[in-house]
Amino acid sequence: MKYVSGYTLWLVIFFVIPLIIILSFSFLEKTPYGGVNFSFSLEGYKSLLTIGYLKVFWRTVWISIISTLITVLLALPAAYYIAKSKFKNLLLILVVIPFWTNSLIRIYAWIFVLGNNGIINQFLRFIGLIDSHIQFLYNPWAVILVLVYTYLPYAIIPLYASIERLDNSIFEAALDLGCSKRKAFFKVLIPNIKTGLITSIIFVLIPAMGSYAIPDLVGGVNSKMIGNEIARQLTTAKNWPAASAISSVLTLITLLGVILFVRNSKKEVLN
Amino acid sequence: MLGSNVEIKNISKFFGDFQALDNVSLQVKKGEFFSLLGPSGCGKTTLLRIIAGLEQPDSGDVLFDNKSVINIPANKREVNTIFQNYALFPHLTVFENVAFSLRLKKISETEIKERVGKLLYLVRLEEHKNKKPSQLSGGQRQRVAIARALANEPKVLLLDEPVSALDAKLRQELLVELDNLHDQVGITFIYVTHDQAEAISVSDHVAVMNNGKIVQTGTPYEIYESPANNFVATFIGETNLMKAEVRETNEEFVRVFAKGIGEFECYKDKEVKKGDKILLTLRPEKIKISSKPLEGLNSFHGIVEEEIYMGYQTKYFVKLDEGYILKIYKQHVNYLLDEKIIHWKDEVFVSWNPNDSFIIEVEEN
Repeated sequence: MKYVSGYTLWLVIFFVIPLIIILSFSFLEKTPYGGVNFSFSLEGYKSLLTIGYLKVFWRTVWISIISTLITVLLALPAAYYIAKSKFKNLLLILVVIPFWTNSLIRIYAWIFVLGNNGIINQFLRFIGLIDSHIQFLYNPWAVILVLVYTYLPYAIIPLYASIERLDNSIFEAALDLGCSKRKAFFKVLIPNIKTGLITSIIFVLIPAMGSYAIPDLVGGVNSKMIGNEIARQLTTAKNWPAASAISSVLTLITLLGVILFVRNSKKEVLN
Repeated sequence: MLGSNVEIKNISKFFGDFQALDNVSLQVKKGEFFSLLGPSGCGKTTLLRIIAGLEQPDSGDVLFDNKSVINIPANKREVNTIFQNYALFPHLTVFENVAFSLRLKKISETEIKERVGKLLYLVRLEEHKNKKPSQLSGGQRQRVAIARALANEPKVLLLDEPVSALDAKLRQELLVELDNLHDQVGITFIYVTHDQAEAISVSDHVAVMNNGKIVQTGTPYEIYESPANNFVATFIGETNLMKAEVRETNEEFVRVFAKGIGEFECYKDKEVKKGDKILLTLRPEKIKISSKPLEGLNSFHGIVEEEIYMGYQTKYFVKLDEGYILKIYKQHVNYLLDEKIIHWKDEVFVSWNPNDSFIIEVEEN
């Protein structure tokens, strides 16, 4: 009981109260220097209905979904390999090591690698393949690359956990009963690591939807995501109700997406 | 007959530097209940996995009905396995587990229903067909594994210590069930176990393995009554091992001298001559224990050192005058009043028929 109430308190202080603040600010009037006037207004939401915002929302969704798919597809064989390896502890530490470095520094490292004067362009110039440079950065694919890189460990760890506790003999039983290796993978491995798959998808999709620093630093003008827009409204535009309104809609979209996804996959598991 | 005969030819297998199987050959007849018996690490499970196709040998061949299957992958071999921990699919119900191989073959749902129904009836699990493996008891899980393996209609069924995870009483019941099942389906069973009692109670033939080699193959009777060497004699059941020296030989018997015991006669089942050093085995239940010496038998005087009453039998450890400690198992077959009951510290005579002590190893002089 003590544990439950402590957890509830934690949830209320760090999650429910901020959410209520954001939600209520979204229905208030803006003031010219940031902050809000305490009178009801739908102005914050009205600004959302412009074509520009719909585009950014749509971009946020597709970038996040593609990043999640790539991340999980890369994480699955990696997690499988680690779970079956003799050196699993060492490999797990290697997976976690990037967390020891500040994430901004890791994003800047990508600029150093991919930039116009970055390592790759320098190398290509050196071997004479190009004369000036290839523009790798400042497009949605650069954002996807860095998102995948950043969230890969979040996907590997839950997948590793579910593969690791899986009894290897069920895979052999599938072969024994007539499955090819490929069929055994889809008919036995995937259904039995479904919880791990769902977890890693959620662990990647949710932070990807709300990403800010990555599109800000490697994304350029045409690959801004909704997180950048929230920041812009909050800082330069000083429109707190608009920022809160966008946040609320983003939270709603993510929440609905996750609920639908989890419910569907649970159903499949039960059938 | 529905089963296949299985032939193993000169199979060797290394795991790194460790040789799991060393030039193993054996033959299993159609429809037979064949056991691979040995201590853990002797290579019996590796051999089973090679027959299943889950492991490739470094050299040698596996033949089903005289056709090599060594290049056929596990999923195409007409053999199914009951794994030690059953390896049921946790995400499928009992019915779906059993139907797994049939669904892969794209058989119609009506036929699948009928065939799975029959199998579940055979293993008495009809009312559990919609449960998940996690909701079943150990014995029930094992029966699902059996039904699932039989669904594919294999010609050979491989059983990897299928009852070792269960408690002793259930183990006995399931062993009898397996035996009945074998009679019903008529296919070849190859059964791996480290438990000698299991192996000799259900098998037609047993291969005893040790250190990656087959030490002896024979019927349970042969394995128990005439073990090929020291290892088999001690691994199968219990025995008294005696080191002795040959004193005299005639056509059927040899007269030997054993330190700690004395001079006595034993059956000449191996060619020996005077002066050879030999190892003898004598099963504890073949020895009679009495207060008077018995005529016509090897008979020695001693004192009961230890007496372990077990209900249906009593185990005596008798120290002979010369010092050897002999194990004797006396079955309580007589009426209690017929004879004087022998107790701890009693002076006794131990006697056995020369026919019952065998030479298992000979070291020539």
